[in-house]
Amino acid sequence: MNDQIRAILKEHGRLAVDVASLKDDSDLYEAGMTSHASVNVMLALEGTFDVEFPDRMLRRGVFESVSAIAAALTELTGGSAP
Amino acid sequence: MASAVGLDLVDVREVADSVERFGQKYLDRCYTPAEVAYAMSAPDRVTGVRRLAARWAAKEATIKALDASERGISPRDIEITRARDGSIQLELHGPAFAAAQAAGATAFAVSMSHQGDLAAAVVVAHKGTRASRIRWKR
Repeated sequence: MNDQIRAILKEHGRLAVDVASLKDDSDLYEAGMTSHASVNVMLALEGTFDVEFPDRMLRRGVFESVSAIAAALTELTGGSAP
Repeated sequence: MASAVGLDLVDVREVADSVERFGQKYLDRCYTPAEVAYAMSAPDRVTGVRRLAARWAAKEATIKALDASERGISPRDIEITRARDGSIQLELHGPAFAAAQAAGATAFAVSMSHQGDLAAAVVVAHKGTRASRIRWKR
């Protein structure tokens, strides 16, 4: 799952650094991701994992790291995501 | 009266790219139908995208002014409307309305601008007992 998340971040996250240089718990906003870019990341995640982020999950913390995104996807998929 | 301010700057090209890549899904998740209609009424596509970018900036500036980034607020819950006299107003819905109440905000001032590839907005949340100048909807 984390590899797919990283691929999406690379394409849509508009990070100022190479996503490969970031740890799973690195702060993506500190790495240059804007709030607007996080929406693109969310829409790409929804397409890839066939989920929809509910409004209650539209929080900065949900998208602040690879680990946080993975935790959110696990919650949304009930653990069935690859 | 205490106040809190939020500022946001958006690259218009990012918004144009989102419209191109995600189309209606992006518009539906980020903007109200009225906001999209206003943008689409622009004389050309570039101006329409700039209008969207300015509205996104205003939504983010509002969240900053309310210190509400962890409250689970949909961008659609913060709506930018135009009064008959042309002035900009905020309409807060659902969780955004609740966040304003929690912050003690009783009135807002908002200003938006766009030039070239940049769009920006400033929102000031006034806290106190003065009558609200904004229209709030649950």
